[in-house]
Amino acid sequence: MPGTVITITSGKGGVGKTTVTANLGTALALLGHRVVVVDADIGLRNLDLVLGLENRIVYDLVDVVEGRCRLRQALVRDKHLSELHLLPAAQTRDKTAVSPRQMAEVCDALRPHFDYVLVDSPAGIEQGFQNAIAGADRVIVVTTPEVSAVHDADRIIGLLEAAERGPIQLILNRIKLDMVRRGDMLTVEDVLQILAVDLIGIIPEDEQIIVTTNRGTPIALNGNSPTGRAFRDIARRLRGEEVPLEPLRDKSWLGRLFGFMRSS
Amino acid sequence: MGFLDRLLGREPSSREVARERLQLVLIYDRAGLSPAILDTLREEIVAVLSRHIEIDRDGIDLSVTQEGRQTKLVANIPLRPRRP
Ligand SMILES: Nc1ncnc2c1ncn2[C@@H]1O[C@H](COP(=O)(O)OP(=O)(O)O)[C@@H](O)[C@H]1O
Ligand SMILES: [Mg+2]
Repeated sequence: MPGTVITITSGKGGVGKTTVTANLGTALALLGHRVVVVDADIGLRNLDLVLGLENRIVYDLVDVVEGRCRLRQALVRDKHLSELHLLPAAQTRDKTAVSPRQMAEVCDALRPHFDYVLVDSPAGIEQGFQNAIAGADRVIVVTTPEVSAVHDADRIIGLLEAAERGPIQLILNRIKLDMVRRGDMLTVEDVLQILAVDLIGIIPEDEQIIVTTNRGTPIALNGNSPTGRAFRDIARRLRGEEVPLEPLRDKSWLGRLFGFMRSS
Repeated sequence: MGFLDRLLGREPSSREVARERLQLVLIYDRAGLSPAILDTLREEIVAVLSRHIEIDRDGIDLSVTQEGRQTKLVANIPLRPRRP
């Protein structure tokens, strides 16, 4: 069966697309799937850094498109998981080096060899975004619970719907439970109500994401981390398993009482 | 703003403010509308309808609502009773 191409995008930059791509790729490979993560952020590549593969790059996406190498020569094998591969972006070129059509061709060429092709999109709504969604069978939109990120996510969802790309699913990243409790952060329900799309997962704010990114070993590899678990749960939902959402709700009766008083 | 907050004269939380601001701005953004376009629409609808029927201009309510991701323009136009 040919693989599924999933594009991870957002609108606003810095909300966690690259982190999500690296960790979902890792989590899917942990489940035994053949996975390739594609860095479509040409000129600003960093998926290789997040995965700790920056020293293994020989060729990149633009080399493939311009015929300087074969597709398989450009694929970098992950250092932790043999089922995971990276197709790096070029660092010295810009988004116009690849067209949406060429990107769709690359996705088509990868599909027969992998179960999942995850495409890490650049921020914005311009050509880099158009490239990233060109081959997508489904799309994950990442947002944080902040006004500008949610606003830009809505714009992206509108563009995806207009381009008839989908199904679209949402990852809500960097939720801070203490801020939600104080009434100083949009809740999961708020964001879902505003954006009116399906949720596929919630990732808490976790400084261990920065620590693991520093080391180039994605947090999804950490079996004890609740954040790693959140990514692994999303991977299972992606392949069709019913995995209940871990409720980000305070379990103590006091917290419940305060939550109740604020929402009444 | 919650009932208890109002009772205690508290400010709405930043979460509530954020939610309301987003909901409002997205209603206009999604349909590419602005309050100004809505005003023009109202005037022109009144002009067209008035050519055929008697309407109650002050009672007109033209608003934009959301159902899921679908934006709807809802017009409520009271008619004047026919004069003898
Ligand atoms: N859940 C999280 N908790 C803490 N830091 C995070 C989280 N998600 C992302 N980050 C950090 O935010 C920054 C931006 O993330 P990144 O994945 O590069 O975003 P994007 O690709 O959308 O620009 C990075 O420094 C990353 O480590
Ligand atoms: Mg990125």
